[in-house]
Amino acid sequence: MKDIQKEYYGNRVLKGVNLNIKPGEIHAIVGENGAGKSTLMNILFGMRVIHDTGGFEGEVVIDGETVVAKSSEEVMQLGVGMVHQEFMLIPDFTIAENIKLNREITTENIVSKTFKRENLEFLDRKQMNAEAKIALDTLGMDIKETTKVAMLPIGHMQFIEIAREIDKLGIKLLVFDEPTAVLTESEADNLLKAMKNLADKGIGILFITHRLDEVKAVTDNITIIRDGEHIKTVPTSEVSVEEIAGLMVGRQISIEQNEDMMSEAEIDALETILEVRNLKVNMPGEEVKGIDFDIKRGEILGIAGLAGHGKIGVANGIMGLYKASGQVKYNGQPLDISNTKVTLSNDIAFVSEDRKGVGLLLDGSIEDNIMITTMQVKRQFLSGGLINKALVRKHANDMIKQLDIRCTGSKQPTRRLSGGNQQKVCLARALTQAPKLLFVSEPTRGIDIGAKKLVLDYLTKLAKEDNVTVVVTSSELAELRSVCDRIAIVAEGRLEGILMPSAEDVEFGLMMSGEYHKYMKKEAN
Amino acid sequence: MKAIKRLGLPRIIIIVFFLLLWVTAGVKGLHIPGLLKDSTVRIGMNLIMVLAMVPAIRSGIGLNFALPIGIICGILGGVMAIEFEVIGFAGFLYALVIAIPLSVAFGWIYGIMLNKIKGSEMLVSTYVGFSIVSLFCIAWIVLPFTSDEMRWPIGEGLRTVVSLESTFGHILNDFLDFDILPGYRFPTGLILFSGFVCLIYYIFSQTRVGIAMKTVGDNPKFAASIGLNVDRYRILGTILSTVLGAVGMVVFAQSFGYIQLYQAPLMMAFPAVAAILIGGATAKKANISFVIIGTILFQGLLTISLPVASSFFDGGNISEVIRMIVQNGIILYALAQGGSE
Repeated sequence: MKDIQKEYYGNRVLKGVNLNIKPGEIHAIVGENGAGKSTLMNILFGMRVIHDTGGFEGEVVIDGETVVAKSSEEVMQLGVGMVHQEFMLIPDFTIAENIKLNREITTENIVSKTFKRENLEFLDRKQMNAEAKIALDTLGMDIKETTKVAMLPIGHMQFIEIAREIDKLGIKLLVFDEPTAVLTESEADNLLKAMKNLADKGIGILFITHRLDEVKAVTDNITIIRDGEHIKTVPTSEVSVEEIAGLMVGRQISIEQNEDMMSEAEIDALETILEVRNLKVNMPGEEVKGIDFDIKRGEILGIAGLAGHGKIGVANGIMGLYKASGQVKYNGQPLDISNTKVTLSNDIAFVSEDRKGVGLLLDGSIEDNIMITTMQVKRQFLSGGLINKALVRKHANDMIKQLDIRCTGSKQPTRRLSGGNQQKVCLARALTQAPKLLFVSEPTRGIDIGAKKLVLDYLTKLAKEDNVTVVVTSSELAELRSVCDRIAIVAEGRLEGILMPSAEDVEFGLMMSGEYHKYMKKEAN
Repeated sequence: MKAIKRLGLPRIIIIVFFLLLWVTAGVKGLHIPGLLKDSTVRIGMNLIMVLAMVPAIRSGIGLNFALPIGIICGILGGVMAIEFEVIGFAGFLYALVIAIPLSVAFGWIYGIMLNKIKGSEMLVSTYVGFSIVSLFCIAWIVLPFTSDEMRWPIGEGLRTVVSLESTFGHILNDFLDFDILPGYRFPTGLILFSGFVCLIYYIFSQTRVGIAMKTVGDNPKFAASIGLNVDRYRILGTILSTVLGAVGMVVFAQSFGYIQLYQAPLMMAFPAVAAILIGGATAKKANISFVIIGTILFQGLLTISLPVASSFFDGGNISEVIRMIVQNGIILYALAQGGSE
């Protein structure tokens, strides 16, 4: 792939990425969420979303031939395969049936002969099973090919996916998209071994992962992407895990640092407002597997981590939106986190990361949205049991002015607002509660720079001037570092550590990939 | 222009058609005051049953095709009043007093059931409505009613049609009624009562609980995030809808002058559903103005299409055909619209 560039709606997400993979090479692509890895893969596979958004610049060359793929089938014909992060398997089919899916081997029968239609032929199960067996053997899997996929442990399912790809004739390049994310350590080891085996057979492998130790262990070369920019391609033997982590995160100085940030000692001296012990949250895709931390009164605490590692689950669990367990103490008193109403009435507010799904009544007006939590929980804005519309409107207009919500008036449905203004409405709703503790998740996702700055400045003002404790969960590490007093980093559902915003890039990088402690131990030895 | 856009094309077509029918009726020399009176009565007697759709839609369970549950409760109230020979205005109130607690109980059980089948409420409710009607077909035969007003002269069970002439028939219609035009007698009590029920519902919708219920219907996830118990408010919506169905049935019966048993309630949800949809509601959005506009258009259309159609063609079938086309067509249209969102 040469000099790949891509724009989404005027937003340049890939700025000239070069990638060369030789047969038998294992090549890693590393980068933070949103660095452009998935876009790059979508381009390689000619996914529709690329064409629908105006194509891309640059060239994709496979085996010396320039390819302009219109669909992923075309690319697959050329010998490129993909092992998906989520399993694309049919649970009630056998392993062999899954491996041979849509490439079934068939034999003729009377009906198919009569109608001269191949799709009426019988399946040749014997042959299918035999070929599936070969693919499984290549991977060193000792398992019966007639077992139903539903019965398999998760680790095995990944192998079935791979078996399906290598069963295809003339496979030359295999893309692994975070294959080890859902695997246990020993399963991951097996997978890495299998990858090496495949590479020895001359198949090129493109390995996308966040786990830097795996990268170090198996790959030949590493390409690092940050914000769509091709940072560096280096042979694996020439860089350390530490260097990779540093290059991945980088320092983005787009937003100025918050000047009056508290020092570590100052934070330690503050009293604890919320004490969280052994918090487990069963939020699909963002599971939290036991986290302990203290939130100090008046600080801005950031929660960072990679997508899918559980950082989003923390606030959702404490607010009772997903099934959660653990001990939470608020101002020293135990708090029942399963009861959202109790939590809200304790002046704890929440701005959801899912703005359109959870954060807004899209068909409701701005004023309806702003007042509703406070009206329901604290029974304000009511007179004689009925809603006092004049009061609601006055408050909404205050909020619109204060947060600079661009709208045609407080009666405008929130559906018609831009992302940034919708976010401000969500924030206004939380602020109306007069919170003492405010959880804000992904406050700047999908909003323009102007609104971003306003939202972040407002959060800072809340903490510094109004003494509201703010917990910001965000995928944007640079933003967290610009506003937070401390940043907690969540990896694989657990707290990896808490850093000061001034900590080194390397430390952030290592913690986010969950290798900080492993690495520090090694260092100490 | 904005008003036209808000009305939507199907509503405009129906309004134009509606007006055209009135003009034709005038041209053909039909008795306009009589038609006006019939329309007003039908609008008044159907209004509450159409209103019953609103709490269902607002709490997120969609159009309440299981309205027959409430209707059956209303019928039970009516036949109890006859059985115990409570006549006049007291009979009407007695029917309500029996019907309302019954419909609360039925609505509550039904609401619990609906919470277990989230996502396919409308499909299930259609069949629940049908089933309860069939169940009560048996009940009308086996329940130990003794009043000669209602029993078959020979054999077991209640008659298919029970007259309210000697009990509380037309009790509301004849309350304070007066002639607007010669031949156009205005059913003051009926309109006042139906309007009063609408007003009470409107006031309820402005309370904390009313707003909470609407929030649950608009976005259950949002509602949960502000600490509302989604399932409880859905049950509340179901109960309210069922109660309004029961009250609506009692009002309907007194105006009609008869109570029809057995299969009669089977299809009674559909005109109510069609009316609110014509008024501009969808399976997710409804308010009282939709109820009033929809009932006027739909019931008005039914009243006038029969005489107009039969002034052109022999036989009354054509009006029934128009009714079916309008009623089922608008339900189909509204549901198809909802699906494409």
